[in-house]
Amino acid sequence: MTAASIPVSQHIKRFQSVIALLVLCIALSLLTDKFLTTANGVNVLRQVAVNACIATGMTLIVLTGGIDLSVGSILALCGAITAGLLKNGLQFPSADLLIGFTIFGASLAGILVGALLGFFNGFSITTFKVPPFVATLAMLTVARGFTMLYTGGHPISNLGEGFAQIGTGSLLGIPVPVWIAAAVVLLAAFITQKTKLGRYIYAIGGNETAARLSGIRINRVKMIVYGIGGALAALGGVIVTSRLDSAQPNAGISYELDAIAAVVIGGTSLNGGKGTVWGTVIGAIIIGVLNNGLVLLNVSPFWQQVVKGGVILLAVIIDKVGEKKE
Amino acid sequence: MLVAKNISKNFSGVRALTNINLELHPGKVNAIIGENGAGKSTLMKIFSGVHTQYEGEIIYNNQPVKFANTREAEEAGIAIIHQELNLVPHLSITENIFLGREITNVFGTLDKKKMKETAARLLARLNLTINPDTHIAELKVGQQQLIEIARALFSKASVIIMDEPTSAISDKEVDNLFSIINQLRSEDKTIAYISHKLKELFTIADRFIVLRDGATIDSGDMQNISQDELILKMTGRKLNLEKSGQSLTDARELLSVKNLSLRNPVLANTNVLHNISFSLHKGEILGMYGLMGAGRTELMESIFGLHTKYASGEISVDGITRIIQSPRDAMRAGIALVPEDRKLAGLFVDHSVKTNISITVLEKIQKWGLMLSRRKEQKLADNYIGRLAIKTSSSNNAAKTLSGGNQQKIVLAKWLATNPKILLLDEPTRGIDINAKAEIYKLMKTLSAEGMGILMVSSELPEILAISDRVLVMCEGELTASIAIENATETEILKNAIHKN
Repeated sequence: MTAASIPVSQHIKRFQSVIALLVLCIALSLLTDKFLTTANGVNVLRQVAVNACIATGMTLIVLTGGIDLSVGSILALCGAITAGLLKNGLQFPSADLLIGFTIFGASLAGILVGALLGFFNGFSITTFKVPPFVATLAMLTVARGFTMLYTGGHPISNLGEGFAQIGTGSLLGIPVPVWIAAAVVLLAAFITQKTKLGRYIYAIGGNETAARLSGIRINRVKMIVYGIGGALAALGGVIVTSRLDSAQPNAGISYELDAIAAVVIGGTSLNGGKGTVWGTVIGAIIIGVLNNGLVLLNVSPFWQQVVKGGVILLAVIIDKVGEKKE
Repeated sequence: MLVAKNISKNFSGVRALTNINLELHPGKVNAIIGENGAGKSTLMKIFSGVHTQYEGEIIYNNQPVKFANTREAEEAGIAIIHQELNLVPHLSITENIFLGREITNVFGTLDKKKMKETAARLLARLNLTINPDTHIAELKVGQQQLIEIARALFSKASVIIMDEPTSAISDKEVDNLFSIINQLRSEDKTIAYISHKLKELFTIADRFIVLRDGATIDSGDMQNISQDELILKMTGRKLNLEKSGQSLTDARELLSVKNLSLRNPVLANTNVLHNISFSLHKGEILGMYGLMGAGRTELMESIFGLHTKYASGEISVDGITRIIQSPRDAMRAGIALVPEDRKLAGLFVDHSVKTNISITVLEKIQKWGLMLSRRKEQKLADNYIGRLAIKTSSSNNAAKTLSGGNQQKIVLAKWLATNPKILLLDEPTRGIDINAKAEIYKLMKTLSAEGMGILMVSSELPEILAISDRVLVMCEGELTASIAIENATETEILKNAIHKN
């Protein structure tokens, strides 16, 4: 990442959210002595990790001018599938066959299912021209329904010590989920800034007609991007399931809103074509710090929601005012 | 009577109208005639309150008027029926006629009964036997047009401006429209009638007003003028471009188009393009002229693989038949298209000059087959910025910060980067300044000298005459002439571009 690849205006925008985050941190350090501690910092990052994964996928989707409302449900379904495979394996009673799954195999299977569901989103959006809002809204309901069917409405718990390490373990003092999120963010940043696919994503969101006329295979790029979004939601599902040592059928409800909030606070335009993965990371951390700070300050959960909504609105207003000045 | 006195209008420094003087007489059909870009639409938009910034004066019924918006013009009795109809497809006829001026009862709710009765009366006046509850979307274009007229009648308009009213309707509908126009004329309405179809003007119009290059050239009674005289008045300008030397045309056929047809996706059983066949040779600049709606843009888009669902015909490049189903296929075949509307279809305005240029050739600037090489991309961008003299302080500037001419050069650069054999240019100099125009002409000459085949669509006859080696003329979806440059004159070209039947 060097300065040259991104227009100056986006630098300022990125800077904007960093400043907001710093102000927030300084204010919280002054207001409560519990905020600025290593333990709390690690805690915040651990809580941010899942949203950072989902929001990274969401960023790619939003950059193409789309949206994905189904991530919360995909998270729940894929978490449940991972847990189910881990605990019960794949059973074929008629053939008297049982296929067991390792931690890695079960997690990978969950993530693959997430990718497939994402591809399906992309497929209906490109092939049948279903608006992304509607296609993924339908997937939100369908995937939640399948989660209920798969779990019978009950949690799948007691998944074993090894699996729990993904969500609760640490490496060099940093929680495993944070390592995973960092890897995801770096990979996504590489894709968006350094590869053909990344350029195509920006081009489609910037001007779809011009992108088509430039010979870009728009349907293909969009399907890949929704597939990545689904896979990252599923990855979030694996982490959440591991952390709780249980796949909850109602896990991930309204996670799509936190992810979209992180994208928007991070300065990515919902019209597509403008924004960065780094901005989204800052956005996700701002939401995490805000949640954490409000708890430390003993603000009622009801007020927490009001404040969060206000911050989202403010972030977009600041962005819009900045755009007008350009 | 509606009178324009010394009307002038600038669009960001470009003069669109210069001292227009004309009179629209009541009880007459006043035909307004001129080439594309002569200023007809601009003038009509001033009359109807769309453009409010202009010099000069409009006198309406002996009173000077100045409309602040379209509503004021409408209230004063001036209605315009646009070429692209302004109706809401999923509302009923009644709802459309009363849109924005609904009748309400004492409770402030809609008086649907009264509106429907009024609508029915208006439709009867227009010989339309349709239920006023019918949705607009279910009507034919000709019928929709009549609904616009009904709207105008309801607003008690005394001046009705019709912009190309017959461009999209059938002969039978034209007859009906004309009988309604006759009726309106007998009611002493003022009709302003804009059309390219000279023949029909001799049927319907009483007076003519010729505009050319934003100025009024002549006006008078239709009885006193012939079709050829009208054409001469429309075109009779001197060439203001130097004819440059003819480029070397290789006999080798580069692009061959055979029986290209394009069905109309909106209107069933009609074609946008009919059996078009032509060829483009190595090193040739082929100019293509046609009036608005002749199908020039659609022809280029069809060649470029943008209308695969509706197009048929055969395209060969270098003697090899190519199946072109997408812009990507076209690129592979060595074809490039610089589209008419660069902001809409050519440019990523928020993205940098550099990324705009490289977007078509990202494969070529990769390293290790995986990631983009910043060095190679910079080299590519610098090369084209230098070669086309794109004026920008940095290749990282957003494309939108550049002038129109330089934006056009970016779009050209992005296509030249693909090393095309065939370059399709759709109105390549529209909306750009004189210097940039000259540079683009020079570039075209250089490219054709290097062996590229160029097909250029243009609405500017002087440009066509100055730059082409051969001229194709289109009219209503048909190729009507292929004229060698030695024999090409404005009159000859326009004759073939104007609907005769």
